[in-house]
Amino acid sequence: MATRTFGERVQRNNDQRLLTGGGRYVDDIPLVGALHAAFVRSPYARAQIVSIDTSLAKKHPGVIEVYTCDNIGNLDIEMPLLIPHPALHSPKTQRPLAREGVYYVGQTVAMVVAIDRYVAEDASRLVEVEYSEPLKCSIEIEEAVLDSAPLVHPDVPNNIAAHCVQVSGEPEKAFQDAEHFTKLRVRVDRSTAAPMECRAVAARFDSVSGELTVWDGTQAPISVRGGIASIFNIDEDKVRVIAPDVGGGFGQKVLLFYPDELLVPYAAMELNRPVKYIEDRTENFLGSTQERTQIHELELASTKDGIVLGLKDSFLHDTGAFIPYGIAVAQVASSGVLGPYRIPNSRVEYKAIYTPIVPVTPYRGCGRPHACFAIERAMDQLADELGLDRFEVRRRNLIAEDEFPYERPNLLFADGLAVIYDSGQYTKALDMIHEKIDLDDFKLQQSEAAKDGRYLGLGLSFYVEATGIGPYEGGHIKIHPITGKVYVNTGLTTQGQGHETVFAQIVSDQLGVDPADVILVEGDTGAFDWGVATYASRAAVVSGNAIHLASVKARKIVMEAAGNMLEASTDDLELEGGEVKVRGSDVSVSLAAVATACNPLRYAFNEAAQAATQFAPAARSDEPALGDGRAPGIETTEYYAPPHATWAYGVHAAILEVDPGLCSIDIKRYICVHDCGNMINPTLVEGQVMGGVAQGMGGAFFERVEFDSEGNPRNANFMDFLVPYATEVPQIELHHIETPSPLNPLGVKGVGEAGTIPVAPVIASAIEDALKPLGIKKLHNVPLSPNSIYEALIESGWEPKA
Amino acid sequence: MKQYKIRSDYPERSDDPLHSVNVTVNGQKITRKVSPRRLLADFLRHELGLTGTHVGCEHGVCGCCTVIIDGSAARSCLTFAVQVDGAEVRTVESLQNEDGTLHPVQEAFKDCHALQCGFCTPGFLMSIVSQLEDSDSELDLSDDGIRIMLSGNLCRCTGYQNIVTAVRQAAERLNRDQ
Repeated sequence: MATRTFGERVQRNNDQRLLTGGGRYVDDIPLVGALHAAFVRSPYARAQIVSIDTSLAKKHPGVIEVYTCDNIGNLDIEMPLLIPHPALHSPKTQRPLAREGVYYVGQTVAMVVAIDRYVAEDASRLVEVEYSEPLKCSIEIEEAVLDSAPLVHPDVPNNIAAHCVQVSGEPEKAFQDAEHFTKLRVRVDRSTAAPMECRAVAARFDSVSGELTVWDGTQAPISVRGGIASIFNIDEDKVRVIAPDVGGGFGQKVLLFYPDELLVPYAAMELNRPVKYIEDRTENFLGSTQERTQIHELELASTKDGIVLGLKDSFLHDTGAFIPYGIAVAQVASSGVLGPYRIPNSRVEYKAIYTPIVPVTPYRGCGRPHACFAIERAMDQLADELGLDRFEVRRRNLIAEDEFPYERPNLLFADGLAVIYDSGQYTKALDMIHEKIDLDDFKLQQSEAAKDGRYLGLGLSFYVEATGIGPYEGGHIKIHPITGKVYVNTGLTTQGQGHETVFAQIVSDQLGVDPADVILVEGDTGAFDWGVATYASRAAVVSGNAIHLASVKARKIVMEAAGNMLEASTDDLELEGGEVKVRGSDVSVSLAAVATACNPLRYAFNEAAQAATQFAPAARSDEPALGDGRAPGIETTEYYAPPHATWAYGVHAAILEVDPGLCSIDIKRYICVHDCGNMINPTLVEGQVMGGVAQGMGGAFFERVEFDSEGNPRNANFMDFLVPYATEVPQIELHHIETPSPLNPLGVKGVGEAGTIPVAPVIASAIEDALKPLGIKKLHNVPLSPNSIYEALIESGWEPKA
Repeated sequence: MKQYKIRSDYPERSDDPLHSVNVTVNGQKITRKVSPRRLLADFLRHELGLTGTHVGCEHGVCGCCTVIIDGSAARSCLTFAVQVDGAEVRTVESLQNEDGTLHPVQEAFKDCHALQCGFCTPGFLMSIVSQLEDSDSELDLSDDGIRIMLSGNLCRCTGYQNIVTAVRQAAERLNRDQ
């Protein structure tokens, strides 16, 4: 085989365009005569709508139409519940525009369409909505489940949307047999993805062809198309959904439907003009989904040597006012809380709770950061209670290399499939980070610092991540007969992960072309319309393998055709530099010529085409031009459906200094060891991990979406919700381990969410270690703001110096 | 929804008053009439078609919309188009050379994988270019110094590390590391 690009640090294929202002995000699509939509949103968490008067808004100069639930035809419905589950006994989903009740501040009540966005927003203030007295509400999940709590949805007792129990092994017996018990309560607070590009939708209806085109900054265009076709009752082939460049998603853009995704196409069809809705930053906080709040009550049962025999976890999961994405986030947390540890017996129970605030759907990590925080804080506490080293207690419990595949019987992942860890070298990872930290040196620094009254600490956290889940994705390959370039399609979208490069590398290895000559077109149902979406760190695994299989098939066709053309045995052929060569000779034929020759032609439009026309010697035959079962050209499609998730993992550590006076943190070193199976492109893998860690830093320290007791958001902007700048993110040291996944031909695992997962427990572990001399109590809440550190110090009896 | 209906008589424009603006954008002199509340970012993007300037927060925090006005980096989401009357504005579209080669800062971003989704990138580029091209300014090219240079722009994808590397490379290429 020719030079392999898999595993190489190949430069990205689309940077030139993005660097020169050539990006094509939704709001960049030129739509002549486009109208603009703006929303009227609920100012109350819970209230009843008494009346809506749109007359003043409609009269406003430049306004074209004002929509309420009464004039949106068959869109006046509860939007779909995307992932039903038997444990989700009381599902509630939102209406595109509120009818009768509102359930959170920011819920869409009316939509104004006007000549431009300025006028649309002006007029949205002129829509007069009369509400009842605001109803009582409970924002805190622990209060919301109480019998006395006001109900978000009157017919859902105790605000419980779902209740689920998962048992593996014999937890009761394990707890009877155990010698030591570790109990703790941890809380992770609400955050949001905050992609740099807010959500955006534009639509155009072509009344001549009857085709509706929707540009949507979504992670799931094929699914959006299915939904639009279904709800609008039109043929799927008459709807084209395009996710052009998308400025970050991190899960927030996988939900369908946001109200605008239905209302904008509706207005475009009804008004017969292109319509756009470009969300602003405040609306992203008010109307686009969030994630994270969970409270875990966790208990470990272990031997006195720190071998964990059993785990019990009972947690509350905040789902916000609606639960359109089902219980995916809670289910991921519940099946991941055992982490990389053997723990053969477990009982995990959770309740998903309605609160009258922005609905919850997956955000980078999706339940894993919460689960990781719970188990890793527990392992630190276990070590502390037993007087064991934190590394050692983990070492004793890590699943060993020869135990893979490691199944957790009866435990189901969020895809409904078994939890089977496929491969890993957990102990090696622990050893590696131990070595990279240089523990002796750290201890020396720590004691030196202590002499100066400074507090240095070391923290660590393992994580596991189920990646690459099904159901399936496809790969379509076509070698272009004129240029020899390879066009590739899949059903995903990219939000900057670099699909266009890693998929090109996969193709390049089979077809011997420069990765720069592989053109990926995805995120467009007009180009390829089988598949699901980009989520759950699955692109490289699921689409990557589908594209690999399609490339292998295309290679076979190329070799056979080239063998005929060159009158050589396929064994003597090699594919390199866009050509098929007879090994050890200068005889070759270009891929373009092979592709042309595979397409029986009547017209000779270029030199290569002459050879494919019917009177050319090479094509002369008495047989039909295409043999049985043959298709013209070199074009293949394959699909890949994984048997179950493949489990990536890693371990992070940090050395930091805490100033107890200011409760400020200075991270001296941040070290990651991670394993995502075979790496297609280490540079891009590192980019994913470093970006993930930065997002984890935001979550660990700064980012908390705050609501007052009446459900009003208090920091719905970037001035008050603090996304870290470069000055808040440390330099990261990255080390790779590559344990191939045995589940897929490429041996790859996902890496999209990895970096984010363990950051908070690493930081909590390190701060605790640093402030141990001050007797600090356990840090069990995220984010770890200066206030929370101060409160923990005060609780521990520490007194600030005057 | 009715299949056939008479085309509506939609308004052509809002009743905002218009003001004339003379501005040089990427070296080209332009005269346009704009609403006094038209943001510079919207003017560049939707009236001049220069969509490389992005809008991330519209309240001056994220820096996606950064352009160079009379030599200094500025937030085009906090600037009205009428304010640049008589000024010279540079956007990301001005950076690439005539022959298609990239500006050293763009080149460095490409070399160092300093972008992922690309949405914040034009703002970073313009902010960095304004600082590297300002020959009067003292540059601190330590990691901390570069991070401070970058502290007016948010990126949600990269974790900044590769952007720091890219700034250093660009500074070297532009001989600003002396």
